[in-house]
Amino acid sequence: MIGPAGHTGTWAAWVHRVSGILLTLFLPVHFYALGSTLESAAAFDALLVWTRHPLIKFSEWGIVVMLAAHLGGGLRVLALEFLPWRDWQKGLAAAAAAFALVVGLAFALGL
Amino acid sequence: MNARAQTLLWAVQRASAAVLGVCVAVHLATMVYAIRGGLSAAEILSRTQGSAGWFAFYSTFVLAVSVHAPIGLRSVLAEWLGWHGRGRDAALLALAMLLAVLGMRAVFGVFL
Amino acid sequence: MNTLKIQVWRGGAKGSFQRFEVPRHESQTVLDVVTYIQRALDPTLAYRFACRVGMCGSCAMTVNGVPRWTCRTHVDIALKSGNELIIGPLRNLPVIRDLVTDMREFFDKWARAKGYFEGQRTRRDDFAKIPPEGKDRKQVDTAIECIGCAVCYASCDVVTWNPDYLGPAALNRAWTLVKDERDVAGTGRLRAVAGDAGCHSCHTHLSCTERCPKQLSPTASIAGLKRESFLSLFGKSS
Repeated sequence: MIGPAGHTGTWAAWVHRVSGILLTLFLPVHFYALGSTLESAAAFDALLVWTRHPLIKFSEWGIVVMLAAHLGGGLRVLALEFLPWRDWQKGLAAAAAAFALVVGLAFALGL
Repeated sequence: MNARAQTLLWAVQRASAAVLGVCVAVHLATMVYAIRGGLSAAEILSRTQGSAGWFAFYSTFVLAVSVHAPIGLRSVLAEWLGWHGRGRDAALLALAMLLAVLGMRAVFGVFL
Repeated sequence: MNTLKIQVWRGGAKGSFQRFEVPRHESQTVLDVVTYIQRALDPTLAYRFACRVGMCGSCAMTVNGVPRWTCRTHVDIALKSGNELIIGPLRNLPVIRDLVTDMREFFDKWARAKGYFEGQRTRRDDFAKIPPEGKDRKQVDTAIECIGCAVCYASCDVVTWNPDYLGPAALNRAWTLVKDERDVAGTGRLRAVAGDAGCHSCHTHLSCTERCPKQLSPTASIAGLKRESFLSLFGKSS
């Protein structure tokens, strides 16, 4: 699915798209879990036990990175579509990637 | 879909993106700060319940996402799965409803 | 290394790569290589070229995965590893035979995007006076040099994913006309370019901008069309 000799723009768009898909799949689960607080704090705690599992913790970190990557990629698209055209805009993909990495690190270090 | 409808879809997508840009930035910062060392229901709820400000913020977040995700998915479904037409758009509308309902349920649970 | 190992696509949509060995020279373009094969090794090889000096765009092919003008691609630049070159027809277009593609759809989409001038003045009217430094004219000037070579079209992933997508070249040309104050097509053209397979399908991969041999940026033009179509919802223009 990557075009001829994919370059930065193609990767940026691909990451943006895949992260968007994964986030869309994650959200209903996220909302459902949080909605369980309506029943009781105990019900929520029961779900929170899941989050201590290392695989879940890793997925949580993954979702955070996906979110940061999607935000970075989205800002890139907005810049390309609304700001006057300049060559530096090609560097936006790198900026988005850097942002995602920083957020991922911050989250991982906090955990 | 005609030019007018496509253009509106594009505009709504960019507008919701702008709103989400702010919401996500705040959410990420809050989560990185709040989740340090793990959390429990009591910890979370003690911070969030009764907060009108956070309630308003997250309601906006949920509604923006309910609009943004389906429109984004629309291109993916057409381009990668070859799914076009009314059926696809109906499914996406259903997704929007699902996200909005589950999301607002969560917002009510956590912030009210 | 004084021979090149070349693989050339033979056949139509179905076919295979045929191997040749071609003597390597100091100043040699990929077009030189293809021409040598056809003249000295296999006269049945079909390919297109015309000016061979980078003005017409006819010689565009896929070289080691990248669509380029073969007359302006020095062999040294194109070589990936060692001395191998893989040459095929442009992507996203039906293959007539070997390295020759059917360009009809490329130009049909140009027409579908209303990529043609619609004027109102007659020979009895005075010339239109357009200041070259005007905001609109400068935007047109940065996009007007397209010669319809289809390298951008071959680079575009959205064209691959959505066969109806008008594509970067057609949309780029439409933009130059939207910004041309002499043109009167107005909202008719915006309706043509902003529909289901139009400008809003561009996902800013920037492959077109990356590959355009004339350093144009169809992405920028398409972004202009996105904004323009949005403004026209309110009866405004930029």
